[in-house]
Amino acid sequence: MPLSLILQYLFSGITAGAIYAVIAIGFNIVYNTTGIINFAQGEFVMLGGMIAISLGGFMPLPVAVAGAVAITALVGGLLEFVFIRRMKNPTVIQMIIVTIGLSILIREAALHVWDEKVHSLPYFTGNEISSLRIFGACLSPQVLWVLGTCAAVVAGLSLFFTHTAAGRAMRACSADRIGAMLCGINARTMVTLSFMISAAIGALAGCVISPITSTTYDCGTSLAVKGFTVAIIGGLGNSAGAVVAGLLLGIVEAFCISFMPMSYRDVVVIAILLAALSLKPSGLFGSSASHALKEF
Amino acid sequence: MRRLSFACFAAAIVVVQVATGLTGTGYLLTQLTMAAWYSLVVVGLCLLMGYAGQISLGHAAFFAIGGYTTAVLSSVNLLPAKSALPVRALSAVGLTIGGTDPWGSAVLRLSPWISLAAAMIASAVVAYGIGLPVLRLRGHYLAMATLGFGIIVYRIALGTPLFGAADGLSDVPSFPLFPGLCLDGTRLHRVSSYYFSWFVVLAVIVLIVNLIGSRAGRALRAIHGNEAAAQAMGIDTSRYKLHLFALSAVIAAMAGVFMTHYTGGIGPGETSVMKSIRYVAIVAVGGMANLWGALIAGTVLNFLSLRGLFGTYDDAVFGAVLIAMMLFAPDGIVRKKRI
Amino acid sequence: MHFRSYFAAAAIAVVALFTAVPVRAAPGAEPVKIGAILAVSGPASFLGSPEANTVVMLVKRINDKGGINGHKVILLLKDSKSDPQIALSLARQIIEEEQVFAIIGPSTSGETLKIKQLCNDAKTILISCASAEGITNPVAPYVFTTAQKDALAVRKIYETMKALNLHRIAIASSNTGFGKAGKTQLENLAPEFGIEIAADEVYEKEATDLSGLLTKIKAANVQAVVNWSIEPAQALLAKNMRQIGLTVPLFQSHGFANILYAKVAGAAAEGILFPSGRLVVAGVLPKDNPQKKVLMEYKKEYETDYKEDASTFGGHVWDALMLLTRAIEAAPDLDREKVRSALENIRGCVGIGGIFNLSATDHSGLDESAFSMLTVKGGKFIPYSGK
Repeated sequence: MPLSLILQYLFSGITAGAIYAVIAIGFNIVYNTTGIINFAQGEFVMLGGMIAISLGGFMPLPVAVAGAVAITALVGGLLEFVFIRRMKNPTVIQMIIVTIGLSILIREAALHVWDEKVHSLPYFTGNEISSLRIFGACLSPQVLWVLGTCAAVVAGLSLFFTHTAAGRAMRACSADRIGAMLCGINARTMVTLSFMISAAIGALAGCVISPITSTTYDCGTSLAVKGFTVAIIGGLGNSAGAVVAGLLLGIVEAFCISFMPMSYRDVVVIAILLAALSLKPSGLFGSSASHALKEF
Repeated sequence: MRRLSFACFAAAIVVVQVATGLTGTGYLLTQLTMAAWYSLVVVGLCLLMGYAGQISLGHAAFFAIGGYTTAVLSSVNLLPAKSALPVRALSAVGLTIGGTDPWGSAVLRLSPWISLAAAMIASAVVAYGIGLPVLRLRGHYLAMATLGFGIIVYRIALGTPLFGAADGLSDVPSFPLFPGLCLDGTRLHRVSSYYFSWFVVLAVIVLIVNLIGSRAGRALRAIHGNEAAAQAMGIDTSRYKLHLFALSAVIAAMAGVFMTHYTGGIGPGETSVMKSIRYVAIVAVGGMANLWGALIAGTVLNFLSLRGLFGTYDDAVFGAVLIAMMLFAPDGIVRKKRI
Repeated sequence: MHFRSYFAAAAIAVVALFTAVPVRAAPGAEPVKIGAILAVSGPASFLGSPEANTVVMLVKRINDKGGINGHKVILLLKDSKSDPQIALSLARQIIEEEQVFAIIGPSTSGETLKIKQLCNDAKTILISCASAEGITNPVAPYVFTTAQKDALAVRKIYETMKALNLHRIAIASSNTGFGKAGKTQLENLAPEFGIEIAADEVYEKEATDLSGLLTKIKAANVQAVVNWSIEPAQALLAKNMRQIGLTVPLFQSHGFANILYAKVAGAAAEGILFPSGRLVVAGVLPKDNPQKKVLMEYKKEYETDYKEDASTFGGHVWDALMLLTRAIEAAPDLDREKVRSALENIRGCVGIGGIFNLSATDHSGLDESAFSMLTVKGGKFIPYSGK
């Protein structure tokens, strides 16, 4: 295979991988604070895209994106407040079921608020056919935006969790909830906050990938599945790990296409996930010790 | 006490059929029969989720394994190989069926009993194969793994020409069960198929109830009560969970076989994530370890859904049901201490 | 305590059972019951949604004018969610319980093929809106379709390719019933036109990025690409193609005939070639075009009622109802066999999809002239003039 071809597969892998990575990051916040995997995360991604597209009709793009992120964050917080908070000592199964139920409801609501048609945000820079030529292979500039967003979010989160009071409080909650409460931290507020941040990140991801993948009312589910596959492989709770795992997975997928039908590509991906779960459930970059301590 | 429940159940089945016959609403039996097959999956899943405490977000996959196995095997035309020894042996035992295909040419097919056996074996093999590595996981990881398994089966069903790819398989022949009792979707056999389906459900429930009352059952109840304590008592919890997983898989596969012959076809839609979630939703509504609750919930919800009562809001209804149940009645609608 | 909760649950079950039973229609001036099984939600909803809108709109108009020959139309609209199993269950239901006279739809080929046998056996006229070859071949007496057949679309594409001197092509299709049917026709008809298929790829309809697939195609050095799908992937493929620098002509299926895809594909949509019914370019048709009047009328009515662009898919339903109406008018006593053979005798009927000439051996009634080749210029659909 000539170099430009290999490079092209690599770039297409990075495109897909960046999308998975930016979605996977969102799972980690809620997981870190509450130990819950929020199956509705994919819907936040969808909502971010859809709301930004609606707002984009009458305000400039950056404002629309900011607006979508803010509104989705509010929705996330509201959902937690109304539904999750009510559950007293939920078991894992109950949490999983509730978040699945929420994801279904959000999706159906989106169908009726918007419609079943496909929409997309305009490209942040350039348009549908612009691409950068690097050593004979082409890459859309929007992919750089996605990668940039990943980097910014990971950096931002790391700063948040280490240098702000709220961030440290959330870490305390995830480490030991009762202990944190004894220190005067309002654990319930922290949970709501974590949902809001997670929703905000999801919405941002939705906006930045919308020009590439288009947004429909039901795009959240398949994105979510890919997202948590990547989050688990990278190690739940580790955002940087999620990004690396996402990129790796995207590249593996791209090279798989070169010699097998696309339908089996997903089978390969899930097989990798199952292998990861069986061999090292804490993920590539997760630590087995902290994994063992987690309640769920 | 138990005998009374079974008797009431059997009576209810008969009453409903007679009522539909008297009011001229015999066509309702079709959806009731389909609901029975779906409820069979639910009952098996209830056993898994309630007693082994294992969530399975991919159970529709086993239903599909059963359905596709029988669709493929029972459609194979043996006529060209009529004189081969295995075929002659099977014919001698009465395990082949002659007939005509929809275009009028003669065919010789395997008896669906063979494909039923094959489907149950296949699903058991897959269940043990998946269960061994996966059932060690906890909570979310288990959920993700079962979800992933469901997706793999979905993709394979969707992507393989042998399974009809996106269109699925149609023209699956009927299942001649016993002389005079044939399982298919025609009006002629509607009443008998209805009774057969519910008889199977009843038989499976009797089986499960007896299982729970046995020594193995006591071990299961111990696991359900407190797994650590059960392990401390010397019960090999992982082995029991694995067997339960396989049992629920085989039940689901059986339901898949019967449903496929009843409706004459199967498609990748039967393995979709939404289908698996529906089964979980119904078990949640019925109460995790409550067989009767799961059965009633399964029948009502599936029946209403099949009749299109929920219209475009079908998925939304199931989503709302999931949430409502978890928030307000995590132990299910039919409150019961023990089965 | 146990019994009470059982009793409650059983009571709920029984009530549910019998509320699900449909209410009997009031007796009157022999209304005609027409069922419509359409994919209003689910993956094929952009077929089923305009179709459902159209059928509701038309039935209302028909009834406002007094019905068909005095028979009021009762419409039973059901959502199949693009699922063949559900379509089958609904078909059984409305045939047996409601004894519908005819069924319009379903929206997709997979669903239609599933209920073809059932409708034919039950002597219920089925007029589908799907385009698979298997719907009308072999001919089942009671089964018709108003969608232009896939084979016709493929012929149109290959003729255009021949005129442009393109021999070596790649096929990309989605893993759906529609994609599969198109792929089959493309492969079958290629030798007839001297077309060499150098790459033949199938992709998942939920794919979010197709650049890997297109890289593989690019490596095969083709002169053109044909894409056959009805999902957002149509726009995605176009974008990815241009982004990786694959600049050869892109042909799409007649599923591309929705301006929304051109919008989403933006600059990448320029120059895409596809066969389509003439509805989307109705405005620029010459005045003497036989279809123009009917097309403009439908466009206006639909856009007034629903405030969105009319689509060719909704047009299939329009055609179906029109044909059915004509046939019922020709056989006024609602005898199924008479209406059925009246359908087969319809000639020269101007519809949205084309001009229908049905016969006992042709239950589709359209030929290649139903399609014209369109292209995208400046974000709009215009007829392709061969340049």
